[in-house]
Amino acid sequence: MRNEHLIRLVSLGVFLLFWAGLAMFMADPQVLPSPFVVAKKMAELWAGGDLQLHLIDTSIRIIWAFSLAMTLGGLLGYLMGRYPLLNAWLDPWLIIFLNLPALVLIVLCYLWIGLNETAAILAVTLNKLPLVMTLIREGARSASSELRDLAQVFKLSPLHKFRHIILPELLPHLVAAARAGLSVIWKIVLVVEFLGRSTGIGRQIHTQFSIFNVTGVLAYALSFVVLILLIEFCIMQPLERYASRWRQDA
Amino acid sequence: MLEVNVLNKTFGDQQILGSCRLRLQAGERLSILGPSGIGKSTLLRIIAGLDADYAGDVSRPEGIAYMFQGPNLLDWRNCYQNLLIFHPHASQKDAQTALEQVGLGDKGVSYPRQLSLGQQRRLALARTFLSQTDLVLLDEPFTSLDPKLKGEMLELTRNLLNQSGAALVHVTHDAVEVDILGSQAVEMCGNPATLHYQVADE
Repeated sequence: MRNEHLIRLVSLGVFLLFWAGLAMFMADPQVLPSPFVVAKKMAELWAGGDLQLHLIDTSIRIIWAFSLAMTLGGLLGYLMGRYPLLNAWLDPWLIIFLNLPALVLIVLCYLWIGLNETAAILAVTLNKLPLVMTLIREGARSASSELRDLAQVFKLSPLHKFRHIILPELLPHLVAAARAGLSVIWKIVLVVEFLGRSTGIGRQIHTQFSIFNVTGVLAYALSFVVLILLIEFCIMQPLERYASRWRQDA
Repeated sequence: MLEVNVLNKTFGDQQILGSCRLRLQAGERLSILGPSGIGKSTLLRIIAGLDADYAGDVSRPEGIAYMFQGPNLLDWRNCYQNLLIFHPHASQKDAQTALEQVGLGDKGVSYPRQLSLGQQRRLALARTFLSQTDLVLLDEPFTSLDPKLKGEMLELTRNLLNQSGAALVHVTHDAVEVDILGSQAVEMCGNPATLHYQVADE
């Protein structure tokens, strides 16, 4: 395990070295600045307070879209998995939304609702919703019918049944949906900001792009990557370990 | 105590059960024998109240325990929790006693995946008998076990039945189980399957 951590660190180091080497070889900071130049720019943006402001705005949009998509998608997905009739009704909608390009949804939301926060969050939510629904539906379908029978024979209360049977059975699927969903959201939220918001990392990347400042683009983008990695290591991975702690065999 | 009067049960166009009538007194043990697929488990599910889609009526006692072919444990909860979740009125001490009765006294905080197959079955048995029940329903829980484990499980089940005094309806296709559990045997036969049983002196 410790060995694996070391390999990961070395691998990251090799990536940075490769980048630095390539930047040195190209010798044109306008096209590819070295990692040190980008790091310096990040420090500058942080010191000016700009970076935090935009990171917070983007994070709030992510939290809203994530919470809405997980709650609504979890509920609808579960019901679709349990009730074939509802599934027959909603499945065609699901297929349409699964195959609708993200950009189309974003543009339509902005056109119909306006260039505001509601449209931005709705566009991200709608892009993630079908994915969550699909994953949770599979989870509900694979749930054991005998455990539900057992709950009925032993007259478990609905709350007990939800807490001890339904939720733990769904938990691995919920975690998978959360992880897959988060990776979708953080890619789409930047596009949403790029196209129609005045704050956020996506907007800043747009600004830097319009003045052809590669260092600025990389500085904002990498700060965002750092945020996502923090969420991954501090929230998602511990959650996943917790969800599967009972899976160890004898 | 238990009175079953099923007139007919169908799956789609196919009639599975014809007239099935049985009457059981408190503490009485009955084994329903018959080949696989004849409808024994379907009848047991009707008795348990798990299947309400049939013609006829069933009068059953309040406290029922059911044991499936598989152990059907909550893999994400430890042994204590596996017992107490299904018996919310029992105490931790009751759970410990139940585990000791099936030889799992030191496994309270273990998770089901950390137990052997035989231990998992015994945990399921402890769950079945933890609370005072009037009627125990066994749906071929010993079928896929090797002969040694099967023998142990049957002995254990008989002892727990003797202690609890619960009535038993047991479904199997193995007549040996009937002898060990000390139950009356009744054959399920025909197509659709029929069955009649009540105590001789009634």
